[in-house]
Amino acid sequence: MMKILVVDDEPDVRTLFEQRFRREIRSGALAFSFAYSGEEALGYLHEHHSEVVLILSDINMPGMSGLELLRRVRTEPAPPPPPRVMMITAYGDETSRTQALALGADDFLTKPVDFAALKEKLLALPSA
Amino acid sequence: MSALYNFDLLVAGPLCMLIVLALRRFFNLAERLPRWNQALSWVWVPAVLGFGITAAFRYRSTLLDDAYMLWVYAVVVLTLLLLWNYRPARLALLALAPLLLHRLVRFGLDLGNLRLLAPYASLFKGWGNFANLWLIGLVLVARSQKRLLAKEQQQRQQEEQAHQLIATQNAELERLVAERSATLTQQAASLQQALEELQLTQNQLIQAEKMASLGELTAGIAHEIQNPLNFVNNFAEVSAELLEELAEEQAKPSPDTELELELLGDLTQNLQKITQHGQRAASIVRGMLEHSRASTGERSLTDLNALCDEYLRLAYHGLRAKDKAFNATLHTDLAPVLPLVEAVSQDLGRVLLNLLTNAFYAVRQRQQQGGEPGYAPTVQVRTRRVGDEVEVQVQDNGTGIAEAVRQKIFQPFFTTKPTGEGTGLGLSLAHDIIVQGHGGDLTVASQEGRGTTFTVRLPIYSPE
Repeated sequence: MMKILVVDDEPDVRTLFEQRFRREIRSGALAFSFAYSGEEALGYLHEHHSEVVLILSDINMPGMSGLELLRRVRTEPAPPPPPRVMMITAYGDETSRTQALALGADDFLTKPVDFAALKEKLLALPSA
Repeated sequence: MSALYNFDLLVAGPLCMLIVLALRRFFNLAERLPRWNQALSWVWVPAVLGFGITAAFRYRSTLLDDAYMLWVYAVVVLTLLLLWNYRPARLALLALAPLLLHRLVRFGLDLGNLRLLAPYASLFKGWGNFANLWLIGLVLVARSQKRLLAKEQQQRQQEEQAHQLIATQNAELERLVAERSATLTQQAASLQQALEELQLTQNQLIQAEKMASLGELTAGIAHEIQNPLNFVNNFAEVSAELLEELAEEQAKPSPDTELELELLGDLTQNLQKITQHGQRAASIVRGMLEHSRASTGERSLTDLNALCDEYLRLAYHGLRAKDKAFNATLHTDLAPVLPLVEAVSQDLGRVLLNLLTNAFYAVRQRQQQGGEPGYAPTVQVRTRRVGDEVEVQVQDNGTGIAEAVRQKIFQPFFTTKPTGEGTGLGLSLAHDIIVQGHGGDLTVASQEGRGTTFTVRLPIYSPE
């Protein structure tokens, strides 16, 4: 089972992911946790060491942004293995993409999220 | 030989011309009676003619000379009568009168060849002497009178000249005054025109300010609309999947009723989400339209909490659209129960947008100044009820405002932003909207290097 932490300031993202991946969740292939801000995500990661395999984070959030979260995840010492980080960028926002890449992001998704493509990516991950 | 010719006539002629010359000079006849003056040049003619004719007939008479002289006297009197209006002329008449009378009587006597008796003869002679003296005396008087008159006239002329001078000066003054007032009128007109142009420019600036703030909003609006639209699309797609699954389940010989109910429940929830996010997008579009539209000035019951929430997001995303690296913590501390306020919502929206844009600008400035590792840009919006008023506070932990600047921030066209970045009208308009438009209050509290709090207070409408 692969645990994914979704970070987005929109609460309805939870409902959406739970419905989009209902079969995978039911079958136990994927497990989702949700955080509504960068700060909340960091707190969750501290509490659940090495459980989270993938972080799926929005960039544009009030308070700690997705990029800041990425920087913290990549710089703060954490027990291995380090989680993969996939950033969700706004359409055409090349600056954020370059910055995220420099900070060590593994992959990107462009808004609006193509869930079929995301599903393929997730299922193709080694630990799935 | 000499007894045969009237030589005395020949002597009398030039003599009379002397009299005429004296008359001319004294009374300035060339000017006073020009035609008569010319006629006087012929006074000698009768004397010469008389001499000639009598000489031809060898006629000799001493009376002729006297008659000629009397005729000349008559001419002189006539001249003086013509000059009746001139005082010295009347005096001269008076001077001549005794002499003329004397000569007339003597001529009468000579004509009748009569002689006066001894006492009367000397009396008559005395009369003649007296008349001569009288003539000389009065002519002297007339002369001084003439001088006096000339002096008076000269004085009058001088006065007239002075008057004319004054009149000319007056005319010049009037011309100057007219010129000056024309200039002033022209200046007043051009000032009036300048004023009208300024008023027009001001209106255009207010419109520009509105459009500028709308421009700041555009990116925020795009982001704010994109998010709910994504949700609408996603929930619609996922609902189609759910319906497919439901159909599959129902096609089975023994359908799982529990699963069916769960799917139906999810479908219902999704439809609600679609409606909810659709409405969210619609309200953003409506807000944008309201913001760009000229204020109707119509008041309606307004939910300040919703307005604050909406514009906080718009302002934040607007700034982020310009500066992707920028990020700030947004705090909302909205009163759970807040009375609706009777207000022009698009006007209040503009005020909130302005205060929030300023707040974000201030925290961004402080962040860009650097040198504060732990600095977290924070903008907070608070609403609460205070007595009969509703209070909205926009607080930031930005650069703060210096005391000297704080006194001017509500003045039109005052801005601390670089040229081209701010119109300097934002806070001035905000102040007008709150104070004049809504009878409220807009105040500022700030500490340099710590942050700024703007407080809006609006009276709660009481339906009475």
